[in-house]
Amino acid sequence: MTQRILALHLGLIGLLFVLQFVLPPYHHDNIARIMVMAAYAMGYNLMFGYTGLLSLGHAMFFAAGMYGMGLSMQHAGFAAEAALAVGITAGFGLALGVGLLALRTTGVAFMIVTLMFAQALFLAILYFGPFTRGDEGFVIPLSARIFAGLRLSDPTIRYFAALALFALVLLAMLWLIRHPVGRVLIAIRENEERTRMLGYDTWRHKLFAVTASGTISGTAGAVYGLLFGYVGASFAEVPYSIFPLLWVLLGGAGTLVGPFIGTLFMFYLIDLASGVTDAYMLVVGVALLLLTLFAPRGIMGMLRERWLPWLP
Amino acid sequence: MLKVEAIDAAYGRVQVLRGLSITARAGEILCLLGRNGAGKTTLLKAIMGLVPVTGGGITLDGTEITALPAHRIPRLGIGYIPQGRRLFGELTVAENIEIGLMAGRQDRETRARVLALFPRLGERLGQRADTLSGGEQQMLATARALCLGPKLLLLDEPTEGLQPSMIALIREVVREMRARGVAVVLVEQRVDAVLEVADRVVFIENGRTALDTAPEELRTNPALLHRHVGV
Repeated sequence: MTQRILALHLGLIGLLFVLQFVLPPYHHDNIARIMVMAAYAMGYNLMFGYTGLLSLGHAMFFAAGMYGMGLSMQHAGFAAEAALAVGITAGFGLALGVGLLALRTTGVAFMIVTLMFAQALFLAILYFGPFTRGDEGFVIPLSARIFAGLRLSDPTIRYFAALALFALVLLAMLWLIRHPVGRVLIAIRENEERTRMLGYDTWRHKLFAVTASGTISGTAGAVYGLLFGYVGASFAEVPYSIFPLLWVLLGGAGTLVGPFIGTLFMFYLIDLASGVTDAYMLVVGVALLLLTLFAPRGIMGMLRERWLPWLP
Repeated sequence: MLKVEAIDAAYGRVQVLRGLSITARAGEILCLLGRNGAGKTTLLKAIMGLVPVTGGGITLDGTEITALPAHRIPRLGIGYIPQGRRLFGELTVAENIEIGLMAGRQDRETRARVLALFPRLGERLGQRADTLSGGEQQMLATARALCLGPKLLLLDEPTEGLQPSMIALIREVVREMRARGVAVVLVEQRVDAVLEVADRVVFIENGRTALDTAPEELRTNPALLHRHVGV
């Protein structure tokens, strides 16, 4: 691995570590949220940006992790550590199941199938309202949000936990895309038939991508619920499937840092625009339009294309 | 080596191959000639499992490969270089080669051997594949297929759109493969190229084998060429 690639990613983690000491509380909390959502976006990027599989239902994995964690605490009295494990397992299991079925299709059909699965999960959450608390959702009590003796409701601990998740996913992704399997995923994105003609079982590789992507997204969902103390059906709705797509497109699909940049950009764009006008989505729309026109490969994609060809 | 026996293949309802048969032997260059739409590319795709074979059979060294999943066929030692190269454009030259090596479970020695055949690729290892010239892309597509360590190489119009020096290089590599005992099946439109490298020529017409002959026969009897490909 080249020194500068490692330096860039460790530098980003280091910068986020240092930021907590200088940020005012409002932005401190925002950045913690952004890091968890960026982990979700990185999971999405593995499937979309690196493997070329466009999912419109990724919220189901995020929600599976979140509900797996929350319900096991709520109904089985699990401690945070065990609940997190349940959340990750739920994300993994759902991703594996959806992958086995959805990968029988390709292209637009794949998008529709993932969207339908996500809607089915969302409706199931509402249907089993007495168990899931329906669209109201439920709060994880402060007393339950203790992980390895650390109070996750404490802003500093929360920031550290979010940073730990972000760093773990970022470095795991860096390792994966430089691993032979990661190379094959990129090859599938570039030309699946050609990859098969070299003797690779592309279906198995795609199943791996869906499962790993869903597991990362599920983990992000479980961690989000633990850190911010709320589990709700809105996280399983269509917008939460579209957000990671937008974040990844904005930041640069198929770039490692892109999902973080996209999440950060979008989060603060909405935050700033909503402080100026009620029609903030119009401002967001115009900004997205401009970015799509002038940087169709996203922010990091443009940087890679013009100045930094070594960016992974 | 390769035996294609009376195969039928179709794209949906459109029948393309009708009882077509060919054989390719180790250390031999077999050239396929025919008019556009005769079924040459479809034949290569059928061998690679990309087009379903509805009748007849294909064997490689006695092993039936007709019904194998497409990804298992290259593992038996068949390298395929399709028309249009089909590189992984966003990957570098080195990464494209690496993917070929990984697929064929080949070592660094194979990499060195392949790069020795194409020294220009060695100078461009860090360059993205989609920024290479047409000739260099063809070199890379060929190099990647050779990284599999194939015993049978299928090439679909490898010299199409290339400058003469590149065409000469590709021909040289094809001869080198023959010298190493690899069976080569070459689809070519350029009759002069065929006559120069082929050990045997098969004409394909309307999805059938129309003639299986030696290049010397074509040199002495140009009427055959006129009859089968109109030149």
